[in-house]
Amino acid sequence: MASKFFNHGTLERNVSLLGIAALITVAIGGIVEIAPLFWIDNTIEKVEGMRPYTPLELAGRNIYIREGCYNCHSQMIRPFRDEVERYGHYSLAAESMYDHPFQWGSKRTGPDLARVGGRYSDEWHVQHLKDPRAVVPESIMPTYPFLAERDLKPGDMRADLKALTRVGVPYSDADISKANDDLAAQADPDADTTDLLKRYPKAQARDFDGDPSRLTEMDALVAYLQMIGTLVDVDAARPQESLPGQVAPKEDGR
Amino acid sequence: MDRLVLRTGGWFALALVAFAAMLAARDGGFAVHMGIVSLVALGLAIIAMRRADYAAVARGLLKMPADQGRYYDDVIRWGVIATVSWALAGFLAGLYIALQLAFPALNLGLEYTSFGRLRPLHTSAVIFAFGGNALIATSFYVVQRTCRARLFAPKLADFVFWGYQLFIVLAATGYLMGITEGKEYAEPEWYVDLWLTIVWVAYLVVFGGTIVKRSEPHIYVANWFYLAFILTIAMLHIVNNLSMPVSLLGSKSYAAFAGVQDALTQWWYGHNAVGFFLTAGFLAMMYYFVPKQAQRPVYSYRLSIIHFWSLIFLYIWAGPHHLHYTALPDWAQTLGMVFSIMLWMPSWGGMINGLMTLNGAWDKIRTDPIIRMMVMALAFYGMSTFEGPMMSVKAVNSLSHYTDWTIGHVHSGALGWNGMITFACLYYLAPRLWRRERLYSLRLVNWHFWLATVGIVLYAASMWVAGIMQGLMWREYGADGYLVYAFSEVVSAMWPMYLIRAAGGLLYLSGAIIMAWNIGRTIAGSPLRQEKPMHGASHDMAADKPLIARPA
Repeated sequence: MASKFFNHGTLERNVSLLGIAALITVAIGGIVEIAPLFWIDNTIEKVEGMRPYTPLELAGRNIYIREGCYNCHSQMIRPFRDEVERYGHYSLAAESMYDHPFQWGSKRTGPDLARVGGRYSDEWHVQHLKDPRAVVPESIMPTYPFLAERDLKPGDMRADLKALTRVGVPYSDADISKANDDLAAQADPDADTTDLLKRYPKAQARDFDGDPSRLTEMDALVAYLQMIGTLVDVDAARPQESLPGQVAPKEDGR
Repeated sequence: MDRLVLRTGGWFALALVAFAAMLAARDGGFAVHMGIVSLVALGLAIIAMRRADYAAVARGLLKMPADQGRYYDDVIRWGVIATVSWALAGFLAGLYIALQLAFPALNLGLEYTSFGRLRPLHTSAVIFAFGGNALIATSFYVVQRTCRARLFAPKLADFVFWGYQLFIVLAATGYLMGITEGKEYAEPEWYVDLWLTIVWVAYLVVFGGTIVKRSEPHIYVANWFYLAFILTIAMLHIVNNLSMPVSLLGSKSYAAFAGVQDALTQWWYGHNAVGFFLTAGFLAMMYYFVPKQAQRPVYSYRLSIIHFWSLIFLYIWAGPHHLHYTALPDWAQTLGMVFSIMLWMPSWGGMINGLMTLNGAWDKIRTDPIIRMMVMALAFYGMSTFEGPMMSVKAVNSLSHYTDWTIGHVHSGALGWNGMITFACLYYLAPRLWRRERLYSLRLVNWHFWLATVGIVLYAASMWVAGIMQGLMWREYGADGYLVYAFSEVVSAMWPMYLIRAAGGLLYLSGAIIMAWNIGRTIAGSPLRQEKPMHGASHDMAADKPLIARPA
């Protein structure tokens, strides 16, 4: 196609021009859509209660990722009446602000897990992970009996926390240096967890897998499942109806 | 050949035995001596191996014709073999995980065989192993023919092919061991990603270098699409896989981005893996092989220009439609939806350009089963690129998201478009690359066509029904104002649909097995299969007349 101003034949005869033009063309969409998310303030509304994962929760989350749970479970409740009634308050952006990577998922072969924390007992989770059909006969989930039999060996958790600090998760120096002790203490009913709970508010410290003598992968995974969606007091968070700098509309007294 | 294997294997076995003896030695002196023996044996094994003429092995075993110094086709022959093999592996994995959803006992209670680890194996095997090998092989074939130039840096092209196979093997075995970044279609960990980056840069050098040394003044349209595919995949791959390794001696890494930003980066990647890997690259295949097989020129040059630039521009914007009604800001969701709907037009531009190329050759649908496959591929391309924009409308997406409708949509595109066009290209390539008169059997191509088509119909239809049913049941309210169904009730309602889907997958896999046999016989140079020829309806001149009314 040739016109007075532009002749496509030029591009067709010069591979460098063609490549550069194509690269510019494909770069635009991503730049316009993704880049602003990093600097527009109201992308992630401020909420109370978010904190980085404890080492045990993080180890559990890594098992969640390792087993590919995200292939069948979402962690993103959409703001619809049925979803909010089924799963709980819709998910807020801030609730996954420390998730490297995010685990929102794309498919619900099984139910959403964004607010599964505290919904079931530890015993239920252990039973369910060992044999899902023992507690939910219709379930088609794979069984994970090996989690309870295997000692939790996540390696040096200080290195994990340090890597996360490098990508922006605000762990303190104390969090990092005590990571391995924190890992063991959170699942040990006899350990002193005052310091842990002070650094990680709302953390749940107890034996999770029903076997206090051992620290297993089951401990870590259940500890993670029991805390998903429990950190933020969602009723305290209000939809953002004004941009920063504007006067907020009057509260409705809810 | 046999002596070579015997000699190398013998030395290697001796090296192993000596090594084992060294490890089990009771005293240090014996260990040192066995270590020396082991090293010497290993060295001799390597020397023996270096004497092998691998090209001769390939020519003997795989019947590859000798290089005549015109086009460099050996790497493409390997590519055809790899594409067929990975197709079987990927489809089989898909069938197995489909059956796992119907019969959870098939997870076997083992970590290595659970759905969560096998599903990435299936998606990567089909997209990156089957699709990727098809793209690399066809791009090397097409760029040489349309540039009238021998491939630039043939050794580097070999590296691209074998390096890519190593990437696949590392990724696949990693999934089974639970090594994953946890981002769909971008699961391989940081070191595997780095390796792929190196391979990909080499791929760009080979492809771009061949275009630079071309003898034709114009760069043919298929090469625009291949080039856009290679460049864009490089950009997507690098940005989405940015991550921080925990240690340089460990597999685990943490993604550079978190939450909302990570989600949009991931789906910017994920959607354009569809847009550039599975669409632009495969459109390039379409732009060469459909005109060649139909022996007609491409329908419209203008349309190809307009639809190329608009397709690559618009596709990139469509990612946010995977995140409708999530915590992603509304403006980004709406932008994603609007661009997804606009994307419908350039997509159909490609379909129209492909289908209309058959103008004047439509009769070949009746006589040529390869053309039949190409037409079916384009029809499915058209259908799924209509369905996609429809599902990206927020109101539709509120029902379809998280359900099996998405799975059905993906498979009508993957099985119908990517699968069918690839099969057609493989059937085109095999006899030409191995210098055979024609394929071993055209009837078997016809069998493959029908098995695959019926398989896709079963698959897509059952997943549509399943997805819409799922979406409606989840949101169903009773007169009392409560949700009617527990989640588990919806799971059990899916059972018959999962069975039908698995049946569809079985048919599709059977078709691929027939293809493997057919191409295998073609490569082996078997005499053509004795069969009734494929031809058009016969024309009886004598019967071509009006009925003469007879008195009663």
